[in-house]
Amino acid sequence: MAGLGKEMEIRVDQLARVEGEGGVYLKIKDGRAEYVEVSIFEPPRFFEVILKGRPYLDAPDITARICGICPLAYIMSSARAMEKILGIEVPNEIYRLRRIAYLGEWIESHVLHIALLHAPDFLGFQSALHMAEKHPDIVKDSLSLKAWGNQVIELVGGRPVHPVAFRVGGVYSAVSRHRLLQLLKKVEVMKRKARKLLDFVLSLPIPDVKYTMNYASLRNGVRYPILEGKVVTSNGLVFDEEEFEKYVMTEQMKYSTSLRYKLKEGGAYIVGPFARYNLNFDLLMPEVKDILKEAGYEPPLKNTYQSIIARAAEVYHSVIELEDLIATYKEPDPPYIDAEPREGEAAAITEAPRGMLYHRYRLNNEGKIVYANIVAPTCQNYAAMEEDIKKIVPLLLGRSEEDAKWLVEQTIRNYDPCISCSVHTLRIKIIKE
Amino acid sequence: MKGKKVKIAVYKFSSCDGCQLQFLNMEEELLDLAERVEFSYFLEANREVKPGPYDIAFVEGSISTPHEEELIKQARKDSKILVAIGACATAGGIQALRNWGKLSEFKEAVYPNPEWIEALDKAHPISDYVKVDYELRGCPVSKERLLSFVKQVLLGKKPYLRRDSLCMECKRKGNVCVVVAYGLPCLGSVTQEGCGALCPAFGRGCYGCFGPSQDPQPLRLAAVFENLGLSEEEISLKFKTFTGWSESFRKVVNRYGRIR
Repeated sequence: MAGLGKEMEIRVDQLARVEGEGGVYLKIKDGRAEYVEVSIFEPPRFFEVILKGRPYLDAPDITARICGICPLAYIMSSARAMEKILGIEVPNEIYRLRRIAYLGEWIESHVLHIALLHAPDFLGFQSALHMAEKHPDIVKDSLSLKAWGNQVIELVGGRPVHPVAFRVGGVYSAVSRHRLLQLLKKVEVMKRKARKLLDFVLSLPIPDVKYTMNYASLRNGVRYPILEGKVVTSNGLVFDEEEFEKYVMTEQMKYSTSLRYKLKEGGAYIVGPFARYNLNFDLLMPEVKDILKEAGYEPPLKNTYQSIIARAAEVYHSVIELEDLIATYKEPDPPYIDAEPREGEAAAITEAPRGMLYHRYRLNNEGKIVYANIVAPTCQNYAAMEEDIKKIVPLLLGRSEEDAKWLVEQTIRNYDPCISCSVHTLRIKIIKE
Repeated sequence: MKGKKVKIAVYKFSSCDGCQLQFLNMEEELLDLAERVEFSYFLEANREVKPGPYDIAFVEGSISTPHEEELIKQARKDSKILVAIGACATAGGIQALRNWGKLSEFKEAVYPNPEWIEALDKAHPISDYVKVDYELRGCPVSKERLLSFVKQVLLGKKPYLRRDSLCMECKRKGNVCVVVAYGLPCLGSVTQEGCGALCPAFGRGCYGCFGPSQDPQPLRLAAVFENLGLSEEEISLKFKTFTGWSESFRKVVNRYGRIR
């Protein structure tokens, strides 16, 4: 079959190995991208409107349903925003319990993406089950690592998908120290598996591209960011989570049910492991940093195909940090802080596995939600995904159509897009093409 | 169904992906399972799509766009057994809460160009469109129940599904009754079991994510909630969550929410 010419159309009708429904259309002219469209046709689900009139306590349970892969992220961003409105400051024990569960979600979600959804691309397998025929150990190890991450969430929250224990102010009841310590029985094995997964990812053939891209993540300067921090960007912006909407702009495209966010100053930007790694490398566990430095991946990464490396680094970091958090765990007593309902408005950002997840709410004096706005990570990565596809056109030329399509898909998967999240849908202002 | 691998299709409609994720959450069992079944159509996990007919189709999500209306009919044609999994597929799910409002108003409240957004007036459970052979409930569906269902089919059995109320599961587990002990509103007595009675175990009332049990008495329970001191609006909202659009819970939502 002849290779891809200088004038060509590539169409991926249904993106596989992503969470949700999407497609890609790319038109190449004179060897360059003339037009690119990442279409997201996930049906709109109108969460912000559904939340209106409901008590503030409902927000974590309801917004969790935006995404079955990262429900904790939704629970945590909504809980934190509500706590700001109600003037609740959670004690350290609750903060640490949240971080434990959240790290469990990072492991579960990241390993799912690395081993089951993304690594098969680098090695040319249709799926992880195909990959398991050639690389059974890495797939088995990953599955058990993922299971351990899920077990963390299950012990703290009751179940890995849409856990039930979390609420505004803390948890309905806290896992006993005795039960949580069970996780440590396997922690040495899990550290080895996470290390092996990182080594495996470092051995993958990574397409060679290099370009400048804006990226943004939380940063608190104390620990690798999950639950708190200022927003920092690669082009030098630093701002409070409350100011997020002042710094971004929103676009609606005809071909998509998801909105697209850009930085007013800087345009397309990346969120997620790639951004967190570049902006918070100093806060990774020393043993993780050492491996990456030795392998030549000191930040900043400039190739988004290397996001899989950042993701694997975060998995290894998470297991190591969990060992300490679990070993020193004290049951929070009381398990949650209550408050009288009051009127107010606040925003909160936490670091979902895929990047910054922004929630803003306004409550009336009965504690009912009168306004909600949610910005998922994939909406923020959307513009960067389209930019990336334009930039890899030189890599596509000369490939068979099937191969070219596959590389386009792989490029999208660098972002671990969660299309279900991106189209929970929201309030917006602008844009005609 | 011995010898040949059982062909499984996993479809997604309007949903959060959490139910189909339960297949991948089988983790340690997944590779063993893959020796007996073939995931012929499972876009979340596999690029390769094999044509039907499929032995079992697991369907996640509700039907909320014209496109989905067409796709579910095709899925039914391509499948021998069709199983609706999760609250969205079996009861419309959380997005069915919009069924109480007007779509045009939702779209306008949300999109600057509402005319670009294609959606049906309501979010529907799968059974509004095609014959559903089995329902596996939950938000999310239980991984253990999902696996047990597949195993029963592999053994050539007619799958057996429990439909007791959550109260039974709670008693078996030895949970303290949160209604009796703490006066909390709990939907357990009218909700189908299957989650492991999680919410009461964590000291909170069940929020009904497995939907109505067999012959539930939700209006009786609503009267109990009145005695606990809940307002009519609060009672309506208790039933108006992940399975609020189910016929049985809808009655309470409407009566206590003073909706027609």
